[in-house]
Amino acid sequence: METKAFQKIYTKITQITKATCSLKATGIGYEEMAIVHGRLAQVVKIMGEDVTLQIFSGTEGIPTNAEVVFLGRPPVVKVGDELSGRFFDAYGDPIDGRPAIEGEERQIGGPSVNPVRRKQPSEFIPTGIAGIDLNNALVTGQKIPFFADPDQPYNEVMANVALRADADKIILGGMGLTNDDYLYYKNVFENAGALDRIISFVNTTENPPVERILVPDMALTAAEYFAVDKKQKVLVLLTDMTLYADALSIVSNRMDQIPSKDSMPGSLYSDLAKIYEKAVQFPDGGSITIIAVTTLSGGDITHAIPDNTGYITEGQLFLRKDTDIGKVVVDPFRSLSRLKQLVIGTKTRADHPQVMNAAIRLYADAANAKTKQENGFDLTDYDERTLNFAKDYSTKLLAIDVNVEVDQMLETSWDLFGEHFSKVEVGIKQEFVDKHWPNENEVK
Amino acid sequence: MEKINKMTKGTVAGIIANLVFVEVDGPVHQNEICYIDLEGTKLMAEVIKINGSQAYVQVFESTRGLKVNHTVEFTGHMLEVTLGPGILSKNYDGLQNDLDKMDGVFLKRGEHTNPLEDDKKWEFKPLAKAGDILEAGGWLGEVKENWMPHKIMVPFKFEGKYTVKSVTEAGEYTIHDTMAVVTDEKGKDITLNMIQKWPVKLAIKAYKEKPRPFKLLETGVRVIDTLNPIAEGGTGFIPGPFGTGKTVLQHALSKQADADMIIVAACGERANEVVEIFTEFPELDDPRTGRKLMERTTIIANTSNMPVAAREASVYTAMTLAEYYRAMGLKILLLADSTSRWAQALREMSNRMEELPGQDAFPMDLPAIISNFYSRAGFTYLNNGESGSITFIGTVSPAGGNLKEPVTESTKKAARCFYALSQQRADSKRYPAIDALESYSKYAEYPELQDYFRKNIDPDWPEKIALARDILIRSREVSEQINILGDDGVPVEYHNRFWKGEVIDFIICQQDAFDKVDCSASLDRQKYMLNRVLDIYHTEFSFESFDEVGTYFKRVINTMRQMNYAVYETDEYHEREKELNLIIEERKVA
Ligand SMILES: Nc1ncnc2c1ncn2[C@@H]1O[C@H](COP(=O)(O)OP(=O)(O)OP(=O)(O)O)[C@@H](O)[C@H]1O
Ligand SMILES: [Mg+2]
Repeated sequence: METKAFQKIYTKITQITKATCSLKATGIGYEEMAIVHGRLAQVVKIMGEDVTLQIFSGTEGIPTNAEVVFLGRPPVVKVGDELSGRFFDAYGDPIDGRPAIEGEERQIGGPSVNPVRRKQPSEFIPTGIAGIDLNNALVTGQKIPFFADPDQPYNEVMANVALRADADKIILGGMGLTNDDYLYYKNVFENAGALDRIISFVNTTENPPVERILVPDMALTAAEYFAVDKKQKVLVLLTDMTLYADALSIVSNRMDQIPSKDSMPGSLYSDLAKIYEKAVQFPDGGSITIIAVTTLSGGDITHAIPDNTGYITEGQLFLRKDTDIGKVVVDPFRSLSRLKQLVIGTKTRADHPQVMNAAIRLYADAANAKTKQENGFDLTDYDERTLNFAKDYSTKLLAIDVNVEVDQMLETSWDLFGEHFSKVEVGIKQEFVDKHWPNENEVK
Repeated sequence: MEKINKMTKGTVAGIIANLVFVEVDGPVHQNEICYIDLEGTKLMAEVIKINGSQAYVQVFESTRGLKVNHTVEFTGHMLEVTLGPGILSKNYDGLQNDLDKMDGVFLKRGEHTNPLEDDKKWEFKPLAKAGDILEAGGWLGEVKENWMPHKIMVPFKFEGKYTVKSVTEAGEYTIHDTMAVVTDEKGKDITLNMIQKWPVKLAIKAYKEKPRPFKLLETGVRVIDTLNPIAEGGTGFIPGPFGTGKTVLQHALSKQADADMIIVAACGERANEVVEIFTEFPELDDPRTGRKLMERTTIIANTSNMPVAAREASVYTAMTLAEYYRAMGLKILLLADSTSRWAQALREMSNRMEELPGQDAFPMDLPAIISNFYSRAGFTYLNNGESGSITFIGTVSPAGGNLKEPVTESTKKAARCFYALSQQRADSKRYPAIDALESYSKYAEYPELQDYFRKNIDPDWPEKIALARDILIRSREVSEQINILGDDGVPVEYHNRFWKGEVIDFIICQQDAFDKVDCSASLDRQKYMLNRVLDIYHTEFSFESFDEVGTYFKRVINTMRQMNYAVYETDEYHEREKELNLIIEERKVA
């Protein structure tokens, strides 16, 4: 980051805290960027001549006579077609050993889309995973997180979803990724031959945590460039938003703000909403879809981070280890895609909504039977059959390693209905039963 | 607030996020609006505290790039809305900017658009004549706004009595044309056009009295109308964890409720949900008038990504528009989703001002602010003998789904209907997920309303509602026992009792918001269905074993559901009804 001739250099810092330093300066704009002792910083408070800067990488070792240069602009990211295939850090500087890009500078964290300029999302995003496509169909312009415990393979699932989704660009915003996970993403993207569609902004666990705060805005400003200027379908992956929120709480704590629930800042809802609401469908075809990861601790969704997230996003996808089949599944009860009704049965086969509901209902009956069994009550014949159905349903449909087309998912569901139940027990509209109920001799 | 002659000016002295400290050169009012000049862009802000020569202002937009010494101009008035014909069917932001008039895809800071139409002509008809004596809110004439009679009134800010000197004759006029001349008590003539302004934080009180609500507001939602009715002019709130159906329920109310006008305040929630209204309402029919739903709807959209400070303003803007239309003698339903976001906006600002925090860091006066807001709803008799009402229903988004938090608790004290959404019901897809037993309507106990029910629905209606609730309670009790003791660990009669409750749950409490027919039930139909399920309750059935009970009642429920899905009193409906009668006969003890 070069300094320009006309910039005034300050060398007298009056106050240093863990996250901030203050000095006397004039003519400074709010949220303006600065370089303090070679580190990037941003103006967070101005009181008369006293300017307080938040230093993203922390204040360790900063002397009171450090050089402070104001950049005269808010944080920016360079956008352009050259972004494709590149890996950047939280500041937008390359980390792939290749030269910096030339593109146009855009302010990050820019204004919101006028709601009347949005279009209602209506395009189905097939992922091949039945736990998603069949039960929780995703739609372009949607925002939805995976809720997963840290030991679940959410990064793998997300990489799969991204590569199978029909997107013009995939933008990865990595926050607190372990170096291994970073290399994993890099590797899958390279092996899939998809690098030219992919752009990454990554903060790893080796980088200072507060830097993460910049990552979503970097990724989403780049996304807006492709969605608005180039009318492209952009998929943004944000992992892990829990670590992003943790960084916010570090900052607010160091700045002595009054914490609200779970020591999170009182503005957590607004902070997260500003990010997730960048998901949008434009009338001219461009769109931004956000798939995120929110790691849970011990499955607790009442914690402030997943709780606020749930209030903002359009549903959530729960990953759970199904011990009966030894595989990770997308939990059909706790997962929900709120935009699915915009596409299922219209963009997919007409029997989709009914098949989905019937299967989940029967799966719920199996869960009840299981409770009964565990409590030592006798099982009826129906109970037994639901248990067998549930096992098949988990293996053939809910498991995240399933990769088939939606029509096949529906066929598989009908086969399972035919195998385990009578038509009355399944209770689907007659016209669909007539059309899709498997022939006796076809069913094993 | 009286006008200040010389406008006060100031300069920016400090900035923390959207809290700005301004050195002022003259008098300022608490809650006065000012504009900060950021190199040509005018940022709107409101005074929220004054300390010596410093005004603390909350800026309704991003303060990025703002510098010390930028100039500030004070306006001499509080945050106001502009009232006149043209509000119906509009999409406003929280500060009443017309969103459709804004340029470009992104919202631009400092862009303020006209809430009304300067050039549009309205068909005017005089209602008052020379010599009439009127007060604030008195009707001078009316124009047709989307078929609704929109009254042109003596401005609400006027005090005392006014003698009408002249009213413009019938014809087509713009909002700026002179519609009347009135003379005040001192003999001064005042010329009036169709526009007036009002500060949103103050209630419009241009009515004679506000009696206790005494009529039912039909919503078409059975679990509300039948089991937990809301009165016209009443207040209610819907708390529930995320994803339990607050927004779907509010959208259902906005589509079906028996009101002349619906105002929807999307306060800090998802933009896509507002887009759903923009997209669907111009296409959907109003079941009562056959006109498009959008014709009776106004949307205030301050979605979660829009400036936080304007969130608070948005609910007041919506309430003030509702009060304006109420003064025209109309029946307004005001919906706000979600009032928790508004409370959070208050919290963010209070923390920035380093005020002493109350519970969960919310401001100490949160309960007072909430109850003050709810008190603006109500049924009113106007000075001319007509009546108008605002029914207000807000949603609450309790942190962690826990109802013991300040916003829920404060709202519970202010609102008279409580529609608790249950996570468990939502998980088992029993929609709407209103827990009929946890929920309550205080109106159901009002003698005024009970009389109304007896006269207009059924002489025994209050007793029937009480019985239905009782059956649900008993069903819940036995269900717990069955869970503990096992299906065959309890007498068959317990299963019977359980399933009779399930009939009420499935047929009255549950309703498919996405089905064209089932989404809304007329009062007639609700009465028929309640009587029907109570008949079933009173019928004695014979069963040999417990598994017969479940199988049998599932058939009963299934047939009655088909009735709910059929258009009322059609052949199909009667067909299902016959089927039901046959099923009942099968096991009825003679
Ligand atoms: N009456 C209903 N019938 C069918 N489905 C419903 C109904 N109510 C809610 N749902 C389902 O639940 C989902 C969430 O509902 P909704 O958006 O109203 O929740 P909410 O309480 O407003 O959540 P949040 O607090 O996050 O805004 C809907 O997308 C829909 O799938
Ligand atoms: Mg909602």
